[in-house]
Amino acid sequence: MSHRAIMPAPDPPFAPVPADPSGTSGSVGACVEGLRVHRGKNPVLANISASIPEGRITGLLGPSGSGKTTFMRALVGVQKITAGTVTVLGRPAGDPRNRHDVGYVTQAASVYPDLSVLDNVSYFASVHGGNREDASAVVTAVGLGGLAKRKAAKLSGGQFSRVSLACALVGKPKLLVLDEPTVGLDPVLRVELWSQFASMAAEGTTLLISSHVMEEAGHCDSLLLLRGGMLLAQLTPAQLRERSDTDDLELAFLRLIRAAEADAVGTKAARTKADGTKADS
Amino acid sequence: MMWSTCLRVLRQLKGDPRSIALILVVPALLLALVYWLYENETPAPGLPRTFDRVGLMMLGIFPFVVMFLVTSITMLRERISGTLERLLTTPLHKADLLFGYALAFSIMATLQALVATATAYWIFGLNVAGNAGWVVLISVLTAVLGVALGLLCSAFATTEFQAVQFMPVVVFPQILLCGLFVARDQMNTVLEALSNIMPLSYAVHGLQEVAAHAKPTSALAADLVVVAAFVVAGLLLASLTLRRRTA
Repeated sequence: MSHRAIMPAPDPPFAPVPADPSGTSGSVGACVEGLRVHRGKNPVLANISASIPEGRITGLLGPSGSGKTTFMRALVGVQKITAGTVTVLGRPAGDPRNRHDVGYVTQAASVYPDLSVLDNVSYFASVHGGNREDASAVVTAVGLGGLAKRKAAKLSGGQFSRVSLACALVGKPKLLVLDEPTVGLDPVLRVELWSQFASMAAEGTTLLISSHVMEEAGHCDSLLLLRGGMLLAQLTPAQLRERSDTDDLELAFLRLIRAAEADAVGTKAARTKADGTKADS
Repeated sequence: MMWSTCLRVLRQLKGDPRSIALILVVPALLLALVYWLYENETPAPGLPRTFDRVGLMMLGIFPFVVMFLVTSITMLRERISGTLERLLTTPLHKADLLFGYALAFSIMATLQALVATATAYWIFGLNVAGNAGWVVLISVLTAVLGVALGLLCSAFATTEFQAVQFMPVVVFPQILLCGLFVARDQMNTVLEALSNIMPLSYAVHGLQEVAAHAKPTSALAADLVVVAAFVVAGLLLASLTLRRRTA
């Protein structure tokens, strides 16, 4: 038997990624090296290395099923990982000391539908050592001040997801991880939310926001482009436009995918050829 | 944080008055049913009325069943709605969550036990040798036992439908073997051994001790300790099912 048989299959290739394209001098809020997550035999994330700059908005973009949520869960520390290191705010992901400083808003709004808006936010405030006044302030900040007494179940979809956001904001996190926060919202609300995110970043909060709508990439300082569990690239929106030679971010992403696919085919062909030569000798 | 969890659970209940009514009134109504069932019997001289025997045991069994059901479904909702996963990313300690739940439902259980015991004593003239306080205490303890087992069992259900199916699996055998239908020492060895490892058997035995003796006995104390130990074990096992990191 050849010793090559017991070696794990190499992960598919991925594009080399610059450490922090949006500001190399800035400090890093979170850093991922060689992250792999396998579910059963299927790789969900294949060898991802990336960094998330502090006090900026990092967009995590890619089609559904590309591993965005798994990546976010790994950062928050609730995902079992197969290999790699995930460092968040200078500590390993999931470190108990991080629980005060990392806010996580899941894709499905995870709040109590049978509690009022304020009671929901108050509970999460108390978990972080805050009080009802803190909760009240955050409820107003997300634009639900007039609905504080209403049961969450009676809210519209967009309002409901803002309760979920408020529950994360009330802990005053240093890193805020948001899984598709703008999905299903009307354009006005979307713009409002993005400006809210921008002002949070300006105050020093690090944000990681996932979306499968490429237009939203323009709101981010730095982009992580995922596809099929692989990191295609980490770059700024400007770099993406430049590299793909178009102002349309959707088209730019498509071109990047095509280029990566072409690369992968080329590498595979080269590898098959190399293996063939080895077997012959 | 345990208090805030307890408060939150009670607030959720407050928004659901129908559930509160069911928790408080149903055991008392069932007790009435048992009373009327035996209304026309003529007890053999020297023996207690069947209601004194069965009705008393019911005071331990109903709270257990109701609380098991309420808790396992509430906790299951927490698990599937994503709020549990979210809570586990916060500084909240697992014990804060579980004991918060246990505390909130224990408060409800105490109210329930008071209503049921008061009904049994004042409306149906339940006649037992021991102090009614012991009956309430055992009643509360079995309710808390239902809470602990409910919290644990919710981990093994992925839908509310499954959670309800745990009733026949976890609760019914305990009712059958606790000594309600056949005295435990008259069962065959296998069934008796089974009944010996079921917590409800000890609660019912405790109630029988209260019924037979005016003063608390050491057997009663032993029963209480065993049931309490099951509660603690149930809560500890339940805390093991709360995983911060999942695949």
